[in-house]
Amino acid sequence: MIHSLFLINSSGDIFLEKHWKSVVSRSVCDYFFEAQERASEAENVPPVIPTPHHYLLSVYRHKIFFVAVIQSEVPPLFVIEFLHRVVDTFQDYFGVCSEVIIKDNVVVVYEVLEEMLDNGFPLATESNILKELIKPPTILRTVVNTITGSTNVGDQLPTGQLSVVPWRRTGVKYTNNEAYFDVIEEIDAIIDKSGSTITAEIQGVIDACVKLTGMPDLTLSFMNPRLLDDVSFHPCVRFKRWESERILSFIPPDGNFRLLSYHVSAQNLVAIPVYVKHNISFRDSSSLGRFEITVGPKQTMGKTVEGVMVTSQMPKSVLNMTLTPSQGTHVFDPVTKLLSWDVGKINPQKLPSLKGSVSLQAGTSKPDENPTINLQFKIQQLAISGLKVNRLDMYGEKYKPFKGIKYMTKAGKFQVRT
Amino acid sequence: MAASPAYGEEKGGSSSLGEPEYGHDPASGGIFSSDYKRHDDLKEMLDSNKDSLKLEAMKRIVAMIARGKNASDLFPAVVKNVACKNIEVKKLVYVYLVRYAEEQQDLALLSISTFQRGLKVSWSEDPGEVWRSTEPPTAAASHMSPQDPNQLIRASALRVLSSIRVPIIVPIMMLAIKEAASDMSPYVRKTAAHAIPKLYSLDSDQKDQLIEVIEKLLADKTTLVAGSVVMAFEEVCPERIDLIHKNYRKLCNLLIDVEEWGQVVIINMLTRYARTQFLSPNQNESLLEENTEKAFYGSEEEDAKDAKAEAASLAKRKPYVMDPDHRLLLRNTKPLLQSRNAAVVMAVAQLYFHLAPKAEVGVIAKALVRLLRSHSEVQYVVLQNVATMSIKRRGMFEPYLKSFYIRSTDPTQIKILKLEVLTNLANETNISTILREFQTYIRSMDKDFVAATIQAIGRCATNIGKVRDTCLNGLVQLLSNRDELVVAESVVVIKKLLQMQPAQHSEIIKHMAKLTDNIQVPMARASILWLIGEYCEHVPKIAPDVLRKMAKSFTNEEDIVKLQVINLAAKLYLTNSKQSKLLTQYVLNLAKYDQNYDIRDRARFIRQLIVPTEKSGALNKYAKKLFLAQKPAPILESSFKDRDHFQLGSLSHLLNAKAVGYQELPDWPDEAPDPSVRNVEVCGAPWVHGGGGAKVPEWTKCTSREKRKEKVEKPFYSDSEGESGPTESADSEPESGSEENSSSSSSGSSSSGTEEEEEEEEEDSGEQSEDKEEEEEEEKRPKRKDKEGSHKAVLGRVGSPSEEEEEEEGAKKSKKKVLQGRKGRAETSSEASTSESSSSGSDSGSEAEAKQRKAPPSSKASSKEISLLDLDDFTPPPPQPIPSSSIISTSLVTDLEGLTLTDTSLTPTLLSPAFSAVKTYELLHRMAGEGLAVEYCFSRRPFPGDPHMVAVQIQISNNTDTEVKNLRVNEPKPLSGMRIQEFPEIEHLAPGDTASVVMGIDFCDSTQAANFQLCTHTRQFYVSIQPPVGELMAPVFMSENEFKKEQGKLMGMSEITEKLVLPEKCRSDHTIVQQVTSAANVGRVPCGASNEYRFAAKTVTSGSLVLITLEWREGSMAQLTINSEKMVIGTMLVKDIIQALTQ
Repeated sequence: MIHSLFLINSSGDIFLEKHWKSVVSRSVCDYFFEAQERASEAENVPPVIPTPHHYLLSVYRHKIFFVAVIQSEVPPLFVIEFLHRVVDTFQDYFGVCSEVIIKDNVVVVYEVLEEMLDNGFPLATESNILKELIKPPTILRTVVNTITGSTNVGDQLPTGQLSVVPWRRTGVKYTNNEAYFDVIEEIDAIIDKSGSTITAEIQGVIDACVKLTGMPDLTLSFMNPRLLDDVSFHPCVRFKRWESERILSFIPPDGNFRLLSYHVSAQNLVAIPVYVKHNISFRDSSSLGRFEITVGPKQTMGKTVEGVMVTSQMPKSVLNMTLTPSQGTHVFDPVTKLLSWDVGKINPQKLPSLKGSVSLQAGTSKPDENPTINLQFKIQQLAISGLKVNRLDMYGEKYKPFKGIKYMTKAGKFQVRT
Repeated sequence: MAASPAYGEEKGGSSSLGEPEYGHDPASGGIFSSDYKRHDDLKEMLDSNKDSLKLEAMKRIVAMIARGKNASDLFPAVVKNVACKNIEVKKLVYVYLVRYAEEQQDLALLSISTFQRGLKVSWSEDPGEVWRSTEPPTAAASHMSPQDPNQLIRASALRVLSSIRVPIIVPIMMLAIKEAASDMSPYVRKTAAHAIPKLYSLDSDQKDQLIEVIEKLLADKTTLVAGSVVMAFEEVCPERIDLIHKNYRKLCNLLIDVEEWGQVVIINMLTRYARTQFLSPNQNESLLEENTEKAFYGSEEEDAKDAKAEAASLAKRKPYVMDPDHRLLLRNTKPLLQSRNAAVVMAVAQLYFHLAPKAEVGVIAKALVRLLRSHSEVQYVVLQNVATMSIKRRGMFEPYLKSFYIRSTDPTQIKILKLEVLTNLANETNISTILREFQTYIRSMDKDFVAATIQAIGRCATNIGKVRDTCLNGLVQLLSNRDELVVAESVVVIKKLLQMQPAQHSEIIKHMAKLTDNIQVPMARASILWLIGEYCEHVPKIAPDVLRKMAKSFTNEEDIVKLQVINLAAKLYLTNSKQSKLLTQYVLNLAKYDQNYDIRDRARFIRQLIVPTEKSGALNKYAKKLFLAQKPAPILESSFKDRDHFQLGSLSHLLNAKAVGYQELPDWPDEAPDPSVRNVEVCGAPWVHGGGGAKVPEWTKCTSREKRKEKVEKPFYSDSEGESGPTESADSEPESGSEENSSSSSSGSSSSGTEEEEEEEEEDSGEQSEDKEEEEEEEKRPKRKDKEGSHKAVLGRVGSPSEEEEEEEGAKKSKKKVLQGRKGRAETSSEASTSESSSSGSDSGSEAEAKQRKAPPSSKASSKEISLLDLDDFTPPPPQPIPSSSIISTSLVTDLEGLTLTDTSLTPTLLSPAFSAVKTYELLHRMAGEGLAVEYCFSRRPFPGDPHMVAVQIQISNNTDTEVKNLRVNEPKPLSGMRIQEFPEIEHLAPGDTASVVMGIDFCDSTQAANFQLCTHTRQFYVSIQPPVGELMAPVFMSENEFKKEQGKLMGMSEITEKLVLPEKCRSDHTIVQQVTSAANVGRVPCGASNEYRFAAKTVTSGSLVLITLEWREGSMAQLTINSEKMVIGTMLVKDIIQALTQ
């Protein structure tokens, strides 16, 4: 299985290595660097690189390459999924996952890695369990430890792996028992030149933050479960109950976790909450082009569209852009040729627009491609698919928890071709 | 790992530690001396008494390791702390040890004993004792908390021990693994499974023994172990597919509850297994493949139609019936498509792709498409697999066509893969949409992607005749594109397309001929030239002109273009020699002096071929045929074609090359192998875990049933309803009520499901016992079935068993009736409770009743039943089939003995220590001793002065011709702990005389040599006495019962079993006893069985018992068992005795 792991930053330094079997020389990474050089951008480095004696499987996240070295046949997704889990765990532990943070917490990182794999085979990957084995740093504990000079060795042994509910630790206690659920839906869409939808689908997740004492058993039901076309569950969800009754029944892990992700199929008509009117033209003769975009609300169910952000990758021949927005701020980076316009809220009475001219490199002919426009936005208190949670019940414990649910719609990969 | 409590490093704390350390970093300093200096202060810190200093030092050392700095010179200083009390220090030491042990093997051995101690931690406290002893297991045993820290310590010790890659400790590891494999705790057994591949990679000679352990662990029925042991199986003995038979059904049934990583490994293994054991579900369909392919993934009606059609056409052939086990696998893996883990989804997808009947494969498409939302690396792998699948099963992904549309933000490698899939999915109906999509792609800024798109268009055009012209026209338009790369790629693709029907496209060829002035990309130029040459008859006017231009620029062209220029010239010469003769000769002359020898060769060859000379004979006539032969059109096909001979989802598939350790996916067998091998024996040995499925041993069934019955009876639903009443508030809305009511029929049946599951959870949290865990696993299965059943039968029938169960249960009628009754009652009570929660009182009454009912039988039942019960419910598997069977037989013997025989009535030949022949060893040879010869032997008499010493009789003979005086022992240099009692000084030893003296040596129960000097008045000789292990003990005499009792305490790690073959001459009682007693100073213990020999002894120094059992089976086979807490002695003794017996 996984032999070794190297963490490589964007400048090509190996800043952490961990071996689960015999030591593999870090020179194996040279093959990786070679591939990195060949690929123009970081995200184009192939995730699987064969070398004469090893295979390098890598993921790229937070500007760090996580390169796993393996020696024999293994499902590549197994390794890739695991590496992502490692990154998620670091994020969970330190809030952010960056080179600086990893270097600062190198011992904790090393310990976590040690626990996650045994002989290259995953051992403890549930963050609930890991946090019991190795406490994440907190400000309070840091202060206490600097003053008293003590270490933060927990006095109880981890039990999660041995309990019947492997994702939940035992003996959880809270004074305020609360369970929050966020239903977040993202719209992935491609809109063509004329404004008609080529493809649109909704990807939703339910993220939960559950802080409940003891071993609560929760049941979450929906008003319209049939909407969910394809679902994937956290291991805690009882699949058979879902199959037969369309009810989510589970003993939650402690803390934050993703309960469910779902997909509302493209067959259902997806309401597109915004539209973009654009007029981008380059003239062959002159080195000037026109640029004009307007964003407006379409089907928003009466809610405000906020956090709107427009980005667009301009062709290479664009030298500069002189634009005036009716609201918000815009930036054009002449090096990366990336235009971004932070619009903010859309006011239906006065639609935000960005107008101006584009100056092209003199002497070159007009670019034959038009830039695509990527859109981001948020709509609070709305699940665009219409999904609604019916009720949440708790069994197994006596107290009355505080429950909350929040809906939100966001743009996922929302693209307008021009 | 789990042994130590959590600890962590603080942000602030670490930065205060970390900063100075980075400052010291040799990488920044770059001076060696500072490096040494730093290590010195680390050593100092490690030697200090303060844990905090040690901890800081260890943190810095681990940070060094993490950054790949060499910290190996600190090994001695670090390894000293392995026994440190501070758990955090200890863990970091472990980390260090595992990293460097391989490099410092000798020093690493010092730490081994610490782990051994950890492994043996508090056996006596262990609940395992309970069932090993003869008493029936008590309720207390079954309620032992799983939080028993000992198992965590044992697991942790085993994990570190097995991670130390030092070949010397292989035997110790082996023992530890064997021991842990029969541990009470599933967690420890899991660790044992993890350790197996570690040991195997260290010493592959252990394979056979490891396979035994694997076999045993495969039979384990806990989900915790299943994934890990299958992983070990895959690494050690993937070819031993026969080991899976018995566990197949169990694995299928456990699968859903195994942790996600284990699921991946198990599913992949089961895919291979199924390929060897079942028949292809598609074997009959292959005939109809072509016509059914498209319709297959349409509506269900169509499926049915197809099925009928097949049935009709295949009436003659033997009908295919899917093996129920095959179905079981498919059914049980399907829910895992909903896993959040991409690797699991992929594993199931490949299983369905390789194993499912065609009509069912479609279900995986949705899940795979879902994965496309994940990280780009996941997308990359999934798309590779989708690309392969979409060639074979295009219909499957057609509904999801739009999910493969490309966004400008996708990384290039993803774009290209999506393009591949889109191309594979293209057919006559969707080609127009796809081509429209392609049109947008061609305008992309990503040129590599554009080039790939053009190729994709070319492929669509070749595959779908209808759009060929459209594509061609589109491509020709691209020829006027500004981007040279686009044009070049188009030219190459057009060339391929034109080859299919050149006659109609002379216009295009003319157009392309004009392009030679502009296009610079060599490949494109070469393609154009080839086209013109090939079809020069279609463009008779233009071709010579092109040649003229090319002749002009010949010297500046790339090699590949030059070759095509020569080609063109040759072809023109043959067809139109009047216009091109001179040009051709000019070109050939230029080529003759080219730098590239390929081109020179080609020119020479062609000249000979086309220009008729006297020498060139017959070939010349055929030149035209040679050059202008009809060339077959190239086939544009996917690079993913036929990749599916690799197991999908594997690394080999991704690379399209066999990776190290790849297990071929076998082809379906023609004849199905015997399916009965998967049947689990009904009345087999109790340690066979009834995995579930249809053939569970009866008793397993009823015990688990009984449990469940009890559970069902608890008035869970009403309780929880009462509780949850107030909790439902905030978000529950009034409309919900009506919806619920309307679906009340289904909620009725569901209530039983809820109930059971809730029940189980509640109980678990209450008891937290380890056996619960196992039991639960076992229960889940039937429960699921139950649920299915109850789902079918609405309300009134819920209580009655479903058909499935009926089949399974068979004989157990009476029990069932009770069960049925109770279940029914439970059901009604729960039903009632939905309306009135007051009934909970009466229900809890019935719960109590149930408990009462359950309790007495478990304590009163006959001993045999108990052993079954206990194996099934309370304990992990017994250590080994062999010992457990011997336990039964010996206990029987014991019982008999109690009745008829007494210890005294058995009159064994009690062997006096002097019985066996005394071996003498040389201490000082005559030559070396300059005439003084010294021999010694172990007299096996107790040493008079000190009972902890071994008496060594020393015989000194003086072969010189002078008197030896003052013969004495001098300067004994015993190793630590060893003591030597010297013999009294011999004042005179006359020539030719012999003296015999006795000295005592306390060897500390080790076979280390005792070194000392033997002095005479003139000389001194360095000598050493090394005892055979058999001499380190003194016989003890005990009764058979005592023997067994002691043996019971020395199981597990302390037990060493070895098989041997007794040679002919060594098969009589007498010789066996003699050989054993000569090998070791042991006393015989009476024994009831005729083919068993028992011996007992105590080590001289520590008085630890050494128990030897030799069991003589039929023929020459025998088994030797030694129980001793001194493992080293045990191991060596086994060797010695076997040597003595087999010589």
